Amino acid sequence: MSITIYVPCDSTAVSIGADRVAKAISQEAQKRNISINLVRNGSRGLYWLEPLVEVLTQAGRIAYGPVEVKDVTSLFEADFINGGAHPLYLGLTEEIDYLRKQQRLTFARIGITDPISLEDYIKHDGYNGLGNALKASQTDIVKAVTDSGLRGRGGAAFPTGIKWNTVLNTPSEQKYIICNADEGDSGTFSDRMVMESDPFVLIEGMTIAGIAVGATQGYIYLRVEYPHAHIALNTAIEKAYAAGYLGDNIQGSGKTFNLEVRLGAGAYVCGEETSLMESLEGKRGLVRFKPPLPAISGLFGKPTVVNNVISLASVPIILDKGGDYYRDFGMGRSRGTLPLQLAGNLKHTGLVEVAFGMTLRELLYDFGGGSATGRPIKAVQVGGPLGSYLPESQFDTPLDYEAFAANWTVLGHGGVVAFDDTANMAELARYNMEFCAAESCGKCTPCRIGSTRGYEVMDEIIAGQALDKNIPLLRDLCNTLLNGSLCALGGMTPYPVLSALNHFPKDFGVDDQANTAV
Amino acid sequence: MTELNTMETIVQDIITALKDKPGALLPILHAVQDQLGYVPADSVPAIAKALHLSRAEVHGVISFYHYFRDTAPGKQTIHLCRAESCQAMGGKKLEAHVKASLGIDYHETTADGKFSLEPVYCLGNCACSPAMQIDHEIYGRVTAENFENIINQAEEIA
Repeated sequence: MSITIYVPCDSTAVSIGADRVAKAISQEAQKRNISINLVRNGSRGLYWLEPLVEVLTQAGRIAYGPVEVKDVTSLFEADFINGGAHPLYLGLTEEIDYLRKQQRLTFARIGITDPISLEDYIKHDGYNGLGNALKASQTDIVKAVTDSGLRGRGGAAFPTGIKWNTVLNTPSEQKYIICNADEGDSGTFSDRMVMESDPFVLIEGMTIAGIAVGATQGYIYLRVEYPHAHIALNTAIEKAYAAGYLGDNIQGSGKTFNLEVRLGAGAYVCGEETSLMESLEGKRGLVRFKPPLPAISGLFGKPTVVNNVISLASVPIILDKGGDYYRDFGMGRSRGTLPLQLAGNLKHTGLVEVAFGMTLRELLYDFGGGSATGRPIKAVQVGGPLGSYLPESQFDTPLDYEAFAANWTVLGHGGVVAFDDTANMAELARYNMEFCAAESCGKCTPCRIGSTRGYEVMDEIIAGQALDKNIPLLRDLCNTLLNGSLCALGGMTPYPVLSALNHFPKDFGVDDQANTAV
Repeated sequence: MTELNTMETIVQDIITALKDKPGALLPILHAVQDQLGYVPADSVPAIAKALHLSRAEVHGVISFYHYFRDTAPGKQTIHLCRAESCQAMGGKKLEAHVKASLGIDYHETTADGKFSLEPVYCLGNCACSPAMQIDHEIYGRVTAENFENIINQAEEIA
C-alpha cells in the first residue's frame, strides 16, 4: 500500500524550495523501496512553516515543517511516513493553532486538495453551488448573493449583489463577467493562492455569476507576474470544458458560459476596473470617467460584472450553503469572512481567513507572532500601497470596513505589511509618491503631475530643506490628489503619505507640535 | 536578412492566429514577446495593419505597459521586487547589492548580455520577502549571499 505525501506546489512554497524537497522525497523513497503517492497540493498558507510536508496517516494528515532538502533523509529515518517523531514534527495539520483558529469558507479546500484535480474538487463539495444555481432562477441567485452581504473584496467593498442586479436588469444581447485578478497590492497574495491552489472555485464562481446575470463570456484578467497561477487556471479551465462545466449546455442545462484568461502587462493601474477594461479591449490602460457604470456600459460597451477573485471565489459556498450561512459571520455591515494576508516583517506570515471583527492587534500578535526581527512593530500598512500606515495606537481597530474608514484607514484587499522600528516613514512616503508616479495612467493632472512633484518635495523634506515651507506644500499637494484625481491611484496615495506624516512626524524632521500647527 | 525574415514570419503567424480575438492587441504583443523576448519596432507596422490601428496606437500600447520592451533583453531577466513588504525585510539593501553585483541599474543589461534587471511592484510572494523572479522562476527570502548562489545556478541552467 502506498503512502500519500503532500508537498505544496504553491509558488511561495516553491520560492523557498518546495520543488527540491518534493524531488528529494521521491528519490529517497525510491532508494528505500517505499511506494509513495506524492501529491502536489496547494498551500495551507502557513508560510513560515513552508515547505510544509504532510503525510496521510490513519489519524489524519500529519505535518512537518519547514522542511529543507537536508532534512529529508532524517525524516525517513524517523519514520515520518507513519507520523514518527522528528524535530520538525508539527502534529495533525488541522490542529495547528494558526489554522484551527481560522474560519475558512472561501479557503475551505485550499492546501487540502490537488489544485488541478477536478475529481478532488468535486469530492470536497466543489460544484455544489453551481448545481443549486442551475436549479434556481436568475433573480434567486442574485438574491442569495445580496442576502449574504458579500462586498467586493478587491478593496472598494461595494455590495456584490447590487452590482449583479444592475447587470441582470440591463437588457443586452451580450454581457460579460470579468474577474479582476490584477492583484498588484504589495502585501497581498490571497488571489494568487486561490488561483494556484483552488482554480476551480474561481471558475465555478464566475460560471454562477454568468448564469445569474445572463453573461455568456467571462475573462480573467490576470497579472503577468503570476505565471504559476496562469498555468493552473488554464489547466483547470481545460478540464472544466472537457467535463461540461464550461462551454455550451453546462451540465445539460442549456446554459452557456465561456471563459478565457487574459494577461496584463505590469501596469498597476489596470487593477482599476475601467482601466482594466480598456486593457482587455487592447488599449492603453487609461482610466475611464464614471458614469457610465461598467454594470451598464462596460467591456466593449456592454453590461459587465467586474469582481475581484476573492469575491467570485466566495460565491460557490454562498450558493451551496445559502446567503444566511455566510452572513452569520462578521460584524456590522461587514459580513462573512476576509482572507487577510500577513506579510512583511512578521514572524508568522501567511493567510488568515477569519470573520470580520477581530482586532488588528490580535492579528499581528496572536497570529503573526510579532515582528520577524524581534524588534518592536513601528507601523503597519493595511490595504496595499494606497492604504494608510497604522501606528501602535491604532492596533485595536477591529477588522471591519467601517471601523477602518472611521480612522482614515482602509482594509482594502486585506493585505497587512508590518514594519519594525528601523523603518523610516519619510522614506516610505517618498516611495509611495514614486510608485504613484511610476504607475499613473496619466489621464488626470493631479495624479500625473502631483505624484512627481510629491516625491520631489519628499526629497527636499528628507534632506531637511525648508521644512516650514515644504510640509504645508506636501499637505496641499495631497489635498489636490485626494479631491482632484479620477481614480483611487491618485486619490488614495495621500493615505499612506499623510498617515506617515501625521503619525511619525519625527521621521519628517518635524516635532509633533510643529506638525499639528501646519 | 534571414533573421529579419524569421522575425517577420513569427510575427505574421502570431497575427494570423490571434487577430480575430476581441481585444487582440495585448494577446498578440504577449505572444511576440514570449517568442522573441521583446516587441521589435519592425513588428509594429504588421500588427497595426492587421488590427486596423495606426502604428502610433500600437506603439502607445507597447510603451504604456512596463512589461513590454522594445529592445532585446539579456539571456535572463531578473525582476526584483521593490514594494513595501520586501522593503520591510531588507529589500533596499538587497537592491543595492544586486545593482552593484551585476554592475547595472534597472532597465539595463549586463555587458556580457547574461542578465537584464527590471523592477517589479509585488510578486505576491510577500510572505517570504524579499522576492525576485528570474524568467518564470520565483525566489523568496533572498539575501545578498543567496542572490549570488541563485544567479550562479541560474546561469548553469541557462
